[in-house]
Amino acid sequence: MIPAAFDYLRPQTLEEAVNLLVQHGETAKLLAGGHSLIPALKLRLAQPKTVIDIGRIADLSYIREEDGRIAVGAMTTHRAIEASALLEEKCPLLPEVARHVGDVQVRNRGTLGGSLVHADPAADWPAAILALNAEVVTVGPKGPRVIAAKIFFIDLFQTALRPDEILREIRVPVTAKSVAYVKTVQRASGFAIAGVAVVVKAAAKTVSVGITGVAAKAYRATAVETKLAGQPLSAENIAAAAARAANRIEPLGDIHASAEYRAHLARLNTRRALGVAASRA
Amino acid sequence: MKSAKSNGYIGQAIKRVEDPRLMQGRATFVDDLRLPGMLHAAVLRSPHAHATILGLKTEAAKALPGVTDVFTGAEINQACGLVPCSASMPDLKAPKHTVLAGDRVYFVGHPVAIVVAASPSIARDALDLIEVDYDPLPAVANPEKALEKESPLTHPDHGTNVAFTWLLANGDVDGLFAQADRVIKQRIVHQRLTPMAIEPRGCVASFHAGEGSLTLWTSTQIPHLVRTLLPGMIGVAENKLRIVTPEVGGGFGSKLNLYVEEAMCSHLAMRLGAPVKWIEGRRENAMATIHGRDQIGEYELAVKNDGTVLAIKARTIADLGSYLQLLTPTIPTLTGLMISGCYKLKAVRFELTGVYTNKMATDAYRGAGRPEATYALERLMDLAAAELGLDPVKMRLKNFPKPGEFPFHTVTGLAYDSGNYQRALKKAQDLASWDALLEQRDAARQAGRLFGIGLSTYVEICGLGPSKIMAAGGWEWGCVRIEISGKVTAITGTTPHGQGQETSFAQIVGDRLGVPMDDIVVLRGDTASAHFGRDTYGSRATVLGGTALLMSVDKIIAKAKILAGALLGASAKKIDFRGGKFWVKGKPKNALDWKRLAQEAYVAKNLPANFEPGLEASSFFEPKNCTYPFGTHIVAAEVERETGDVTIVKYVAVDDCGPQVNPLLVEGQLQGGIAHSLGQVLFERTVYDGDGQLLTGEFTDYSMPRARDIPEYVIGSTVTPSPSNPLGIKGVGEAGTIGANPAIANAVMDALAPLGIRHVDLPLLPEKLWRAIEEKTAELRKKKPRSQS
Amino acid sequence: MKTSVNIRVNGTLRTHDVEPRVLLVHFLRDLCGLTGTHVGCETTLCGACTVLLNGQAVKACTILAVQADGGEVTTIEGLASNGRLHPVQEAFWECHGLQCGFCTPGMILASVELLQHNPQPSREEIAHAIDGNLCRCTGYSHIIDAVQCAAKKMAQPGEAK
Repeated sequence: MIPAAFDYLRPQTLEEAVNLLVQHGETAKLLAGGHSLIPALKLRLAQPKTVIDIGRIADLSYIREEDGRIAVGAMTTHRAIEASALLEEKCPLLPEVARHVGDVQVRNRGTLGGSLVHADPAADWPAAILALNAEVVTVGPKGPRVIAAKIFFIDLFQTALRPDEILREIRVPVTAKSVAYVKTVQRASGFAIAGVAVVVKAAAKTVSVGITGVAAKAYRATAVETKLAGQPLSAENIAAAAARAANRIEPLGDIHASAEYRAHLARLNTRRALGVAASRA
Repeated sequence: MKSAKSNGYIGQAIKRVEDPRLMQGRATFVDDLRLPGMLHAAVLRSPHAHATILGLKTEAAKALPGVTDVFTGAEINQACGLVPCSASMPDLKAPKHTVLAGDRVYFVGHPVAIVVAASPSIARDALDLIEVDYDPLPAVANPEKALEKESPLTHPDHGTNVAFTWLLANGDVDGLFAQADRVIKQRIVHQRLTPMAIEPRGCVASFHAGEGSLTLWTSTQIPHLVRTLLPGMIGVAENKLRIVTPEVGGGFGSKLNLYVEEAMCSHLAMRLGAPVKWIEGRRENAMATIHGRDQIGEYELAVKNDGTVLAIKARTIADLGSYLQLLTPTIPTLTGLMISGCYKLKAVRFELTGVYTNKMATDAYRGAGRPEATYALERLMDLAAAELGLDPVKMRLKNFPKPGEFPFHTVTGLAYDSGNYQRALKKAQDLASWDALLEQRDAARQAGRLFGIGLSTYVEICGLGPSKIMAAGGWEWGCVRIEISGKVTAITGTTPHGQGQETSFAQIVGDRLGVPMDDIVVLRGDTASAHFGRDTYGSRATVLGGTALLMSVDKIIAKAKILAGALLGASAKKIDFRGGKFWVKGKPKNALDWKRLAQEAYVAKNLPANFEPGLEASSFFEPKNCTYPFGTHIVAAEVERETGDVTIVKYVAVDDCGPQVNPLLVEGQLQGGIAHSLGQVLFERTVYDGDGQLLTGEFTDYSMPRARDIPEYVIGSTVTPSPSNPLGIKGVGEAGTIGANPAIANAVMDALAPLGIRHVDLPLLPEKLWRAIEEKTAELRKKKPRSQS
Repeated sequence: MKTSVNIRVNGTLRTHDVEPRVLLVHFLRDLCGLTGTHVGCETTLCGACTVLLNGQAVKACTILAVQADGGEVTTIEGLASNGRLHPVQEAFWECHGLQCGFCTPGMILASVELLQHNPQPSREEIAHAIDGNLCRCTGYSHIIDAVQCAAKKMAQPGEAK
């Protein structure tokens, strides 16, 4: 319950934060909303020498439309996303997923950027970020970098973020209402046993499917997407495609769900999410 | 004893007097205490289920600035004595339960060293600086494997993992089984559970060197039992010990124990000459506060074709964990005592084997042995009804004793005080709209849904109990004092920690004295004011503690009548008392009230000859019998075929706890108790892996009900007074937990019955149900084409 | 190295030098002496430490005091005003929404936040809003009753908040 001692730095600008990160290297941890880092500090699973609090940096918390995409600042809380009228209108998958993250108190403090960087394999956001083909904008000593969502998640708690980079913004496309997130919750922790986010592009006759909680990292269910490309979203087609949701995946097994059950839920929730999204088209 | 007549408060749903302080953050829990010069303790615990300690280095921790000292078993065990266990089976093999591990740890969480420091953070930092060299040993976590020949031994010097055996046998079991038309067999598993009171344990010990007296503030249900037992550990005499329980944030049995930390903090407060505080973390609570249940039983029920139950047999293993806490071996014996439930069984044989494993000790957890009995028996009743093609309601009715048969002597040797099981069942059926519910099930099934109805008719044992069946006194004590001002102080030997007896006892005392509740203070949880007590567990507090107060009130009234008579110039016999006033029969105008009598009693200038000053009385209530609350719970549940998720569609509970002192509090106890069962049946479980590693050591992995899991309840009651106490009350703290388990499980099993699924072990996790459904569906698919071809 | 932290707690500015590792809950309990905010777990799941930070319900066990520097906190001690219980407190009392009382401060503050956004919540919405708060005594049903009762009280004209 009591973290190990650390030094605390509170940069005022992103540039200053990057410099501090370069200076302190891997002995430092960035603190955003703190809802991934502080639990780890309390259990002493993380014992950084230095904590760099980016919570006071101006303009990291915003949701705005830019060049036909929606930009979400990394420090935007789950709650702000949940309550955003702009997102409800232009990218409703994000508010829908936000409602599944943690609980009210966690959503009031936890941030989208913090959650993505933590890369918990059972977090909700990765499913949405993948299904939306989002872009992750980082800033480091060499300037900004844009990383596609599909290459952002590398493994359990590992992302493509370099040690001296800070996640600054998440960019998502404007979508129709035909999206859905269906989650089986790990009831003790609130994380996902199998969370499936779906974006149906009716005009292009394509779907994209992001799945979290099932494997060591969130993944795109490409086998499902391929099967449905160009096809009408009939119940039969959806069922046939959803059956591939865990293809070539090594599902995790633990006391909360065996690998077999997780794979089953991945398929089932994919079918259901596709059904819901299709019905919203 | 006269029967208590309500003249106002008893029976009213009165708001609790406890609440204002609790709702405003003005209540004092142990962690809220701050004493001058107080030091903070932290405990280093074993990460291994079983290991030899080859070396233990504390120098670095001791050198950390702010650390007062660090102690290992070698430095403290001798001074702290052994942790007591009250059980006394003749063949019981008890390990020496020292406060810290000696040269061997035998469960994850086993305390290895204790640090005392100037602040909690320094104490925590110091833990990381202690080096322990462990040599892991083979561990056993499964009680059935522990009984196999080649199993590792939890305590190698015992030569076996068997802790004790216990047999309850009565009647001609073999003969009745021979006469049976059918024998219903089922293996019944009660998973291990973690009580998880939201306030973890904690204590503060302070030694007064001048007086040689020690005060221990501790989050416990049993300050009086701690005062009885602690002297044997730390060598401070009972009359120099004061145990205080401020607010206690939930217990559910987990704080019905004397724990090593209480002894260590007490000892260290003396040794270091400063108050010592220890507050348990959640992970520590999950590892090293007692667990509950963990029984496996092979059950057999002998029945006739007409549904008459004849006899029951069980061979049960109780997983005790690695050592014995206060009641560890006793809890599973309660299962045996209650195994005949509401039914007129003619014979019983309950064989129990207590087994050691490399896990935390089990002990009393809400229901404590009785949910195990009720669940086993009520599952068997449903299985029997299904096999015989009988209506489960009719089958139960057939075997109930009739209301006129009470006191009902069970085959297990108990005498149920009073009961009308038929009435509670009928009322529950009415509240559930039983026929409509059956129709709803038919319609759902026709639509291909998995919809089931389950019921349990239960009886439990409460108000523990007559001292002859208890280890250290089953009486309860209470004291009532009319203060000089006329205000009333009632002191109870029970230790409420959420049950609301500051309110319900004020209702009882206020009613009988004819004094407004606002003028009454109920003191509890401090051995300096409550001189005697046997505390709170086993749904005993209101039954026994309430009665002890009532007896004291009656003594005061009798004494006050003498005084009033003297002041009014009449004999006590001529004095009438009602509504807080005393008068000479026929002359109510000249009545004296408590205020006046109190003044006279304490100022003591006008007392009759040989009249002792004061208006105070205390009483011990020794019950002649336990109480036996009962009831019927009816549940409708639906299982989602594709996920195995369970939804509770309807929940009806009719409980009979005798007359209700405060129906609001009764309802709260029931709802809380049902929630514990909902958790146990649907998702709660303590998991150790095969090597004895605890996998449910935090709230991240131990699943408990949240608000979203709770159905809307329909709660009713019947009232069958107990003859065992003047208020006729029976106790209600555990009824919900005991009644609910089988009702929920039976509903889920009924939902799955059309698929041919007979039984699934608790908890009924979605994955388990999904697998069972998949398996049966696959079988049906295989069969179908054949039958159609 | 200690850092000076200023937090307005229940309307009073509190300034203390703290180690950066000090959690908001410990700042409130140990330095401000406000022990109504409780600690029930170490994994941000029980909600016993819920307080309002700048008007939002948060878990004070998962915020460093330095993060809350400059903020405004309402703890359970600050909810009643002028000796008058908040309607949510009144309702918890009337509906027997508490037993041991340990989870109660957090439960009440989470409910207060809900009613700020949603003055007429359904039972389901209430359950959703207190999903981050564990209670082991009441079985929640009376708590949900209490929040609905509070909503009614607060809808009456002249009722504060």
